[in-house]
Amino acid sequence: MSNQQSLFQKELMQQALKQSFVKLNPKIMFRNPVMFTVEIGTFVMAIVCIWVLMGETEQGSFGYNFTVFLILFLTLLFANFAEAIAEARGKAQADSLRKTREETPAKLKNGQTISSAQLKKGDVFVCEAGDVIPSDGEIIEGLATIDESAITGESAPVIREAGGDKSSVTGGTKVLSDRIIVEVTTQPGESFLDKMIALVEGASRQKTPNEIALTILLAGFTLVFIIVTVTLKPFADYANVGITIASFISLFVCLIPTTIGGLLSAIGIAGMDRALRANVITKSGKAVETAGDIDVLLLDKTGTITIGNRKATHFYAAPGVADEVLVRAAVLSSMSDETPEGKSIIELAAVNPVTYGVSKPTFVKFTAETRSSGVDFGNTRIRKGATDAIRNVVAQAGNAFPAEVEERVRAISQNGGTPLVVSENERALGVIELQDVIKPGIQERFERLRKMGIKTVMVTGDNPLTAKYIAEKAGVDDFIAEAKPEDKMLYIRQEQANGRLVAMMGDGTNDAPALAQADVGVAMNSGTQAAKEAGNMVDLDNDPTKLIEVVEIGKQLLMTRGTLTTFSIANDVAKYFAIIPALFITAIPALQGLNIMRLESPQSAILSAVIFNAIIIPFLIPLALKGVAYKPIGASALLRCNLLVFGVGGVLIPFVGIKAIDMVVSLFL
Amino acid sequence: MNTEILGIIAMFVVTLLLGLPLGKYIAKVYGGEKTWMDPIWGPIERFIYKISGVDSSKEMTWKEHLTALLTINLVWFLLSMAVLMNMEALPLNPDGNPNMSTDLAFNTSISFLVNCNLQHYSGETGISYFGQMWLMFLQFVTAGIGMAAAVVIFRAFRDKTTTQLGNFYDFFLKSCTRILLPISIVVASILVFQGMPMTFEGKDTMINMQGDTVEVSRGPVAAFVPIKHVGTNGGGFFGANGAHPLENPTYLTNMVEMVAQFIIPMAMIFAFGFFIKRRKFAWMMFGVMTVGFLILVIPNVKMEMAGNPAITEMGIDNSLGAMEGKEIRIGAAASGFWSIVTTMISTGSINSMHDSYMPLSGMNELIAMMVNAFYGGVGAGILNFFIFVILAVFISGLMVGRTPEFMGKKIEAREMKIAMMVALAHPFLILVGTALATAFPTQGAATLNNPGFHGFSEILYEYTSSAANNGSGFEGLGDNTLWWNISTGIILLLGRFIPIIGPIAIAGLLAEKKFIPEGEGTLRTDTSTFGLMVFAVIAIIAALAFFPALALGPIAEYFSMS
Repeated sequence: MSNQQSLFQKELMQQALKQSFVKLNPKIMFRNPVMFTVEIGTFVMAIVCIWVLMGETEQGSFGYNFTVFLILFLTLLFANFAEAIAEARGKAQADSLRKTREETPAKLKNGQTISSAQLKKGDVFVCEAGDVIPSDGEIIEGLATIDESAITGESAPVIREAGGDKSSVTGGTKVLSDRIIVEVTTQPGESFLDKMIALVEGASRQKTPNEIALTILLAGFTLVFIIVTVTLKPFADYANVGITIASFISLFVCLIPTTIGGLLSAIGIAGMDRALRANVITKSGKAVETAGDIDVLLLDKTGTITIGNRKATHFYAAPGVADEVLVRAAVLSSMSDETPEGKSIIELAAVNPVTYGVSKPTFVKFTAETRSSGVDFGNTRIRKGATDAIRNVVAQAGNAFPAEVEERVRAISQNGGTPLVVSENERALGVIELQDVIKPGIQERFERLRKMGIKTVMVTGDNPLTAKYIAEKAGVDDFIAEAKPEDKMLYIRQEQANGRLVAMMGDGTNDAPALAQADVGVAMNSGTQAAKEAGNMVDLDNDPTKLIEVVEIGKQLLMTRGTLTTFSIANDVAKYFAIIPALFITAIPALQGLNIMRLESPQSAILSAVIFNAIIIPFLIPLALKGVAYKPIGASALLRCNLLVFGVGGVLIPFVGIKAIDMVVSLFL
Repeated sequence: MNTEILGIIAMFVVTLLLGLPLGKYIAKVYGGEKTWMDPIWGPIERFIYKISGVDSSKEMTWKEHLTALLTINLVWFLLSMAVLMNMEALPLNPDGNPNMSTDLAFNTSISFLVNCNLQHYSGETGISYFGQMWLMFLQFVTAGIGMAAAVVIFRAFRDKTTTQLGNFYDFFLKSCTRILLPISIVVASILVFQGMPMTFEGKDTMINMQGDTVEVSRGPVAAFVPIKHVGTNGGGFFGANGAHPLENPTYLTNMVEMVAQFIIPMAMIFAFGFFIKRRKFAWMMFGVMTVGFLILVIPNVKMEMAGNPAITEMGIDNSLGAMEGKEIRIGAAASGFWSIVTTMISTGSINSMHDSYMPLSGMNELIAMMVNAFYGGVGAGILNFFIFVILAVFISGLMVGRTPEFMGKKIEAREMKIAMMVALAHPFLILVGTALATAFPTQGAATLNNPGFHGFSEILYEYTSSAANNGSGFEGLGDNTLWWNISTGIILLLGRFIPIIGPIAIAGLLAEKKFIPEGEGTLRTDTSTFGLMVFAVIAIIAALAFFPALALGPIAEYFSMS
């Protein structure tokens, strides 16, 4: 799927234009108090126009009144269009994801074939090589390689199998080999994507807490200007200044923060949309907003900080043990070890295990309890595993654990490596050194996070020494070593008790409680259903560094709101200098002194201000949709920068804009 | 340099130099730390608590604070009505001044209760010494109320998460005994030596230079005047307030009275910094307020010293400045300086007639009251400034991409709602009041001395002064009418209590919230950048709400002159 989409595609434009009119419905408009008052103003102007047509003479010409009416109407349309285009873009993005999974035949277990749309939660279907998976679900039997490029854009196939943390499949992806039996986990129309689309479309979109607070601020400003405009009537009467209804409404509409009022919901939708573009499905707008506030980021070491997996780099035999003996034991124990570590041991040894000619080997699988794996054949028992696990095995048999091995283990750990101890018949043979490879460029990303004020925490099953080494090398601020799932939870609770917001990423079922506890929990799409239910975002790319992007999207969202609010309010200064002299000049010629822009006539001044007020909305739509760029330069510097651009700029731009429009408008008057 | 200019610079510098240590002392008083005043006031305070049965060690929530504050105010209001309407029957009335009418008593009681002291009566003829003493009492306690309210906010930000915000009576009584009273005593001693009357005898007679016999009002002036300034009350003993020769006899008393009114508003800022241990934040506040002050005061002093160009054109020597309505012993510079300080910090005492100022000077006085947060009244100034800080935090927090937080507390919808209501109340009261007065010309405009733009300024000034709890008058307004007494009375009440209840509620709500430690991403509120933001918010809100009204008043007058 392409992430490149131009801002204004033709189809989207048409759709949005239509919606701009639909949204004029006062019931919908009422959600946005600022624009709702503009709608009332427009309505009043319509009545004034009719009144003038019926012969009223004190309100100015019909042409003038009608122009004001038209511009106000356009202001409404522009604001609606901003929201509509944001919705259309979000929907288009979501649709393109959804399309991949529509109309796929689903082979039920009983042999019947139905359409994917008919699948219900709990149905069980079968997929074989070449099939497109009809729905999200969980593998209950089998293993398969799957091409997920339709969703993630990543071409390398992935393995999914029943049980464990890699059992989840996504509708629209393709089975490349083998056969799996899958249970449907969501009701039709209730998948995360469906929820997201509903959020974007506005059906279930709720204002986020921050949006509510901002709406209160904007409503407050609107009220101030209602007071200002209404009280101006008796003031003007006192000064014997006649002010037309068109002027009153123009003054009011120009002063209330229509720019931010018109763009506010578009900004929120665009935030979710940007998340979707980054292939992250958010379950609520609030989650995106919270992401911007994150103080602590919990990252798994493997896959995030280090490249995939560790590689074996050395064999260290114990004293009195020949190197070949250790290598042989290491290779044999790794024969059926499908983990990348196991494979790398055989690679390092460069021996084909078959050449050892072992007969009837029984493989001992790795379990969380034994924390070791190995092989039994004849009377030989080879084990390979974590140091303390093997030490236990050796000690239980009453054998001594060589001090040299102990020494070696520590040395490896200190250098950031992971030691694996090999034993044969409960005697330690030596150590295999595994080394982590830190992802290129990760240090810079952590540096950026630090500048954003976010503390990074590496979570790893490694021992503290190894963890410390990697943590320092990668530049994370803290680490949790020998982490058990409940450690994550504990850490999150601790940080939260100190008032910090925590984000984490996880995939396994045992991550689910921590994902739920975290303020922002991003579940990988490849993760279990439980993990996806627990988090508030799902990352389709399964990319653990995605959290960093999500945080920036959240910050951008808030910043766009803040900067456009500032811009909108700062604009009022120039609008005042355009309208106030225009209102009074005829009756009080002395106030010409306030007409610092030297606008042509009162009518042209008022029209210019209203026109500027209207067209600034479409001008700012691209910014609202793309978001204001976040720079990690520290909060105060960022505030200075944005104050300069949007505050000072917001004061100056309308002076230029209104003057320019006035020069054009006065040609027609 | 001009001695007049040096004089006003000296007043500012002396205030600042005294304000810093006073701030430290105030922080100690409210923090319950030991001070050298303990042996003097401790027994007196304990006695007062004993007879009133108040437990001053009981910690209160923000709601309990407000209940205590409003109850105590109600009691004073009722007592005040009783005193002012029955002065003929009460002692200490040597001049036989009459009882106040119900509406005037209502206006006066409220006016003094809300620390505003808008006076629709004249001290010489409208009130007995007993009445004056009662008003003097109110000047102490209402200043104490304002300070106690501010301390509730201090407390809300001192502890990380708490609902317990100290005891209201403790804050209140200590404000009176440990701060207001001692400073007033020092000020009174200086004033008495400068010839200010201090007597319970009635009017004196004297023969003036023209040979006429005139009656001269006097009374316990030297006791009254210090608290009028120290508590930023501003209610004059005499009708002419600080312009009256017995209320402000010399240039030195003018300086002392200036420092007296300026010092606590300034010291409270530093006290806040010392109290919550964020001195840099206090300097940020001081910086914003001082910039605002200078922007208003410098043009005023300049314009008043330059004099009225219309008079210069007539060939009349104008070298002393615009001296209409000013006292020769005080001069144009010190008058111009006073006019901004008194409007800015809500004292509302005057040493010259604001009605006679140049149009744009008058506008600056209006703006000072419309903002009402540059230094501001004792306690009240910090409360008003706090609202602007909340708004600035909210907008700037968004601008740096974080949910806004102030002192480790998140600002959310509920706080915004209250902050907006308080911010709205001020323009609402001023504009709606003025609109009603202009809409009913028989009530409002008919009482004006001047028609046109200046008349409009007079109405606008009266309501601005009421809403800002300032109490100064543009005058030129026949304001002892039922309309003015009742309408300004209501505005006074709302203008006082909304900005007390709102900020305390916000502070109380914030105090209950979880404390978030500052991180790199947190926007620091003690920097000049944030100060700039606060200033911009203040300027924009004041400018946006009042520009049309100012355009029809002082601005139109200004452009009509040239």
